[in-house]
Amino acid sequence: MELKEKMLSSFIALEQELDLSSSVHDIRSTSLKTFEALGFPTKKDEAWKYTSLAKLLKNDYSIFPKKESSIELKDVKKYFLYEIDSYKVVFIDGIYSPFLSDTTHDGIDVCLLSAALSKPKYKEVIEKYFHKIADKEESLTALNTSFAKEGAYVYVPKSVVAEKPIQIIHFSTGEQGDFLLQPRSLVVVEENAQVQIIERHQSLAAHEVLTNSVTEIFAAKSALVDYYKIQNDRDDASLIDNTYVAQDRESNVNVHTFSFGGKLTRNNLNFTQNGEYIDSTMKGITIIGEQQHVDHYTLVNHVQPNCESHQDYKGIYADKSVGVFNGKIYVDKIAQKTNAFQQNNNILLDDLATINTKPQLEIFADDVKCSHGCTIGQLDEDALFYLRTRGILKREAKGLLTYAFANNVLESVAIPALKTRINKLIATKLGVNLGHDL
Amino acid sequence: MAYTEEELKKELETKEYEYGFYTDIESDTFPIGLNEDIVRAISKRKEEPEWMTDWRLKAFASWKEMKEPEWANVRYEKPDFQAISYYSAPKKKDKYESLDEVDPELLDTFNKLGISLDEQKKLAGVAVDIVIDSVSVATTFRDTLAEKGIIFCSISEAIKDYPDLVRKYLGTVIPPKDNFYAALNAAVFSDGSFCYIPKGVRCPMELSTYFRINQAGTGQFERTLVIADEGSYVSYLEGCTAPSRDENQLHAACVELIAMDDAEIKYSTVQNWYPGNKEGKGGVYNFVTKRGICHTNAKISWTQVETGSAVTWKYPSCILKGDNSIGEFYSIAVTNNYQQADTGTKMVHIGKNTRSTIISKGISAGKSQNSYRGLVQVNPKASNARNFSQCDSLLMGNECGAHTFPYIEARNNSAQIEHEATTSKIGEDQIFYCNQRGIDTEKAIALIVNGFSKEVLNKLPMEFAVEAQKLLEISLEGSVG
Repeated sequence: MELKEKMLSSFIALEQELDLSSSVHDIRSTSLKTFEALGFPTKKDEAWKYTSLAKLLKNDYSIFPKKESSIELKDVKKYFLYEIDSYKVVFIDGIYSPFLSDTTHDGIDVCLLSAALSKPKYKEVIEKYFHKIADKEESLTALNTSFAKEGAYVYVPKSVVAEKPIQIIHFSTGEQGDFLLQPRSLVVVEENAQVQIIERHQSLAAHEVLTNSVTEIFAAKSALVDYYKIQNDRDDASLIDNTYVAQDRESNVNVHTFSFGGKLTRNNLNFTQNGEYIDSTMKGITIIGEQQHVDHYTLVNHVQPNCESHQDYKGIYADKSVGVFNGKIYVDKIAQKTNAFQQNNNILLDDLATINTKPQLEIFADDVKCSHGCTIGQLDEDALFYLRTRGILKREAKGLLTYAFANNVLESVAIPALKTRINKLIATKLGVNLGHDL
Repeated sequence: MAYTEEELKKELETKEYEYGFYTDIESDTFPIGLNEDIVRAISKRKEEPEWMTDWRLKAFASWKEMKEPEWANVRYEKPDFQAISYYSAPKKKDKYESLDEVDPELLDTFNKLGISLDEQKKLAGVAVDIVIDSVSVATTFRDTLAEKGIIFCSISEAIKDYPDLVRKYLGTVIPPKDNFYAALNAAVFSDGSFCYIPKGVRCPMELSTYFRINQAGTGQFERTLVIADEGSYVSYLEGCTAPSRDENQLHAACVELIAMDDAEIKYSTVQNWYPGNKEGKGGVYNFVTKRGICHTNAKISWTQVETGSAVTWKYPSCILKGDNSIGEFYSIAVTNNYQQADTGTKMVHIGKNTRSTIISKGISAGKSQNSYRGLVQVNPKASNARNFSQCDSLLMGNECGAHTFPYIEARNNSAQIEHEATTSKIGEDQIFYCNQRGIDTEKAIALIVNGFSKEVLNKLPMEFAVEAQKLLEISLEGSVG
């Protein structure tokens, strides 16, 4: 059976266990209709010109977990940022794991979307925010919405600064066979509040896993949100990450995406700026090889004056890997004094590596400063030579230079332990011996 | 200050299209509509050999299967292809023997256009082929060129006189099935220019084609084929105008360039079709396919100044097939009032050590939309390919839009590609600086815009550079946002 048909028929099974009278369920049914009409995106869609899902969609994925599986903390400890104290929301095959998690309702809410959707005390927040900024006309988001029932729920009330970072981790054990995961998360950060979130998807054993995740992030006036995505999965795991961010005036949202692993990764990152003096930052480091495929698709909607956006994506592609960067900056007529910057630098290390990049500017206001720069190139021969005259092996010299190329994106990472972790990851990935433990 | 902003805006809006006259020349126009019979009739009227008729019919058959493209960032009312006359020629006696026999009205037209066919003007050193509506009416300097072995004539003559050359190269760069408008053009093109430069010859003068749509309700479909044989050089100019009309006229041309080993072609266009009036009524739809192929060590350089047309859809491209070949694209696109332009280039790197440069300057004013759309593609075997792209946009007023859609596809690790784009407006401080030194606002803007476009203007041949600068002034004065 085609995956699309399977999804449509599974919906009936899903309905059995849900409260059909809630308003959320109307959203689910409408979204299913949208998905039914649109189907999965193909290469004929301009947004998917360089990324094909065709092969992935041929797998026979299970949609619901057959049984509950458990994992030992010692086996998965390395996937946590264990050096620091943090809140944790952990899911195993899409099911919440209370044993591995550390949630809270003290001051802030860090818990489950399923709880938020069903309990009356969250009703107000859900009605105000759930499925408000997610694209209603996009098929994969619609698919996620129609099956949305579990994921992380984070609510930071007015003027509260979350004491410690929040880790959201989705494990796939492989005990369900080939598996389709559709987590749905909601993050609401009220006026003047601050929060740091780290998200990770991790497959634990050999099996095809496809994650179609949707996250909605709301930053109210003067809020500060730091969001980190660590994508260092097994090479049989694929991820489609749809993140929607809405910002109110003077707020500041930073999203960092570190893509090192996975078979196919697609990041749809959408920002809408609904007030003045907003700052949005999108940064990413992609280091892949083999036959990996990473696609960054960003959109910044400048619809109010006096806002800024910064994008900086670095990519290093080895072997037969394929990189895609598609960044769009939209500046509305009234969004005067917008400053929008976009930078995409790529290095192709091997003959068969491919990079497709499409930075777009759509500008309707005249008093703006918008620029994008994009480069594809190699390591500087002179720099390489310099290192070699000092007795550094060619391989190491190359590693050092690529490391330096990617590293400056890390400067804006605000959690020191995470910075160290990523730094190590990059060094290992590039075969660089830093000579000291960071 | 000599001008206030308001006055400037007003002047800009009412600035008349200088070339908006209509010449009352009796012409021979086909009934409207398009079907196989019309295609046959065009072919018959042009006294074409059978292979040409078949070629057209094949193109027509594939056109019928195609859909009008919608991906471009332009909105317009789709032309009704059955409401256009596909052939219109100034009525004439069989052939002109000398200029004296030419319809005086026609000569007047040329004078208004600033093209003189008079003998003394030949000293200007530009050979001109003039295409009115769909037919080439005069080609100058042919004999001088013939001495060097250069063939420069209308394409219908070429089909008759040099069938082997035409048959060998026509449609090799832009196959008839390439796209919707190219297929339409292949089916119904009625004339155009043909140019062949033999081996090792450096064309002693600029070759030029002037296009004009005169008759109402007609479309212009011309086809240009330029072949530069091994080691030759040619600089080719193209200019276009049309009378002001309320309705939209269609212009769907094809230009094919072939640069053999070590050859160089420089192709410059000043496009000034009627852009429509200030309410956006009328104007020419300019849907053009231009493409050149570079063999080993060859070079093709496209330079364009786009100031006219209601809707422009145009991507002069280079296929860098041979090793060490070079492609260049220099463009200024100006849009005002309700004009829309979606233009750019494609650089396809196939050979080794190929290089390409793209400099695109977009200037939008009024309520216009100006888009750059380009592709840089480096194929797996194109080692050491090098590309530099720069797309700058200048916005005047807050009702216009500037967009960039660059596609970059690199599949070779030795490729070096750089792309940069900026969007800005004319700074108040820049204007202030000029005002301070006694330069009024209007002049200051002309000055700044000229500076902004300089990199491209510099690439135009002398004669055109002057005209282009004048055109820029007409389209651009004023309107500080």
